[in-house]
Amino acid sequence: MKTFNGRVLFLDRSDINTDEIIPAKYLTESAKEALQPYLLEDLSLSGFDPTVDIKDRTIVVARTNFGCGSSREHAPWAFEMNNINMVIASGFARIFRQNMFNCGMMAVELDPGTIDHLFKRYGGKETVITTDLDSMLFTVSDDKGAETFPFQVSDFDLAIVRAGGWVDYADKHY
Amino acid sequence: MGQTIAEKIFKAHTVDSLAGGIVVIGLDAVFCHEITTPIAINDLMARGKDRVFDPSKIKAVIDHVTPAKDSKTALQGKTLRDWAQRHNIKDFFDIGRNGVCHAIFPEKGFVRPGYTIIMGDSHTCTHGAFGAFAAGVGTTDLEVGILKGVCRFKTPQSMKVAISGKLEPGVYAKDVILSIIKIIGVNGATDRVMEFSGPVVDRMTMEERMTLCNMAVEAGATSGICAPDMVTVDYLWEFIKDDFPSKQAALEAYQAFAPDGDAVYSDTLEMDVAALTPQVTFGYKPDQVRPVSEMEGTKIDQVYIGSCTNGRLEDLRIAASLLEDKCISPKVRAIVSPATPEIFSRALDEGLIKIFMDAGFCVTNPTCGACLGMSTGVLANGEVCASTTNRNFNGRMGKGGMVHLMSPATAAASAVAGVIMNSEIFCDKGDRP
Repeated sequence: MKTFNGRVLFLDRSDINTDEIIPAKYLTESAKEALQPYLLEDLSLSGFDPTVDIKDRTIVVARTNFGCGSSREHAPWAFEMNNINMVIASGFARIFRQNMFNCGMMAVELDPGTIDHLFKRYGGKETVITTDLDSMLFTVSDDKGAETFPFQVSDFDLAIVRAGGWVDYADKHY
Repeated sequence: MGQTIAEKIFKAHTVDSLAGGIVVIGLDAVFCHEITTPIAINDLMARGKDRVFDPSKIKAVIDHVTPAKDSKTALQGKTLRDWAQRHNIKDFFDIGRNGVCHAIFPEKGFVRPGYTIIMGDSHTCTHGAFGAFAAGVGTTDLEVGILKGVCRFKTPQSMKVAISGKLEPGVYAKDVILSIIKIIGVNGATDRVMEFSGPVVDRMTMEERMTLCNMAVEAGATSGICAPDMVTVDYLWEFIKDDFPSKQAALEAYQAFAPDGDAVYSDTLEMDVAALTPQVTFGYKPDQVRPVSEMEGTKIDQVYIGSCTNGRLEDLRIAASLLEDKCISPKVRAIVSPATPEIFSRALDEGLIKIFMDAGFCVTNPTCGACLGMSTGVLANGEVCASTTNRNFNGRMGKGGMVHLMSPATAAASAVAGVIMNSEIFCDKGDRP
């Protein structure tokens, strides 16, 4: 099972689409590893530099409709190849969300108010999130202190994360 | 309690109900292309599970980059080709017989009312035009679909989109769906099925309904869907005539997937299109839509007519009717890509291809290439494309490029004008296509 702890990459935007996460020209790769250098290459976000800002980050926080657009699972894979295993947002596109859990990764939805608080309180600062899957709690911390937030993920999605993906589950059950 | 189309299809296909309103449904068809399928194939092989649940229910095509442009795309094609051969997948469309997936699979009669379909491609929602539940999925879901013939979804809620009024000449299904996305936004239908209905949809051809359903995902929808009717039966008749004694009998059977009068919808959008004018996008999101009249004169470098949204025969006819005896502006280049070999061949027979060529268009083979900036029409940094495709995301047709989405009529008029232009100026209202 993957872990969901570490430094946060704040992407203060809604509707970040899968073409921005991994442009289509890289979909000719037949190995996930090859996607690693291109994550968020085309992201439209003022001040964001993918060559600098992604380094050593393991959790993304964003606004709503994250991962809209193409069905490409290359989007979660590009995150995975950069050791980013969790995206926290106020909403997800259906396919991206399901792709994340299918890969044993987490796409966690928080209400817009909480997301707004995270951006206002922690955005632009060195921030760490630790995740407790058993009690469904995040702890968010910076040099000034820490806060804890509950989150919800369905039992089934959690089971897939713990199992490491959907293929083995489906092959066993259907 | 009454049921929506999607609820009726799910009821007929449920294999398992999991916690949290998640259901596993059996699949009638799994569609595959060479971009998202090879990694699923490779993973199945690595797991020692290189099997398919039913080769007759798997349809595959090479369409995104074809003919292959380099060694990597050649390998993707080869992986799909070898796999289709290995598993005796008869409906595999290789170079020469291949077309854009969401155009060729309906054309071959692979979609039926009441079907459940997945594909590793977000515009799979197109096939809902036939009264099917058709959803784009990622590679892992596709892999499980190939292996076991199942997929899991949240129990779908539906948004009812009731379209009334009469479209003015020069206003098309593309303008209707762009205006719907403008109203509800790029996540206005997330996790829901958009069920299109009303007199405007009833009068639409299957091609127009496919254009409508194709862009449902641009509002976040899981599937677009239209109730099957005699238009559906007429389109499918050559494929189903041995299954039913008459068209009326087919229609009656397909009525099983008509929505109930008291079906419950999560939302309802009622719109009257009588005053609708041609629409075009202006930003990097498909809900950034304006009337063409407000965008006239916008500089463009390239015009593209094609794709799973608007590369069908009707689209080519409309564009060609505006281009006859005209030339494109010397300020622009223009590309047309008929979406399937059948469409290409019929466009040749009807003289449409000659009209495009005489006007100065480059005519390419059927492919998705330019729409997502993979091949045959990639933009340079700072360039602008007037396009009949479905996505205007930043960099979609090439890094640093801008895409304006529009109907084939608006694209053809813009090619002649050399700037974004309403097709109205090129014909009398009386003889509109």
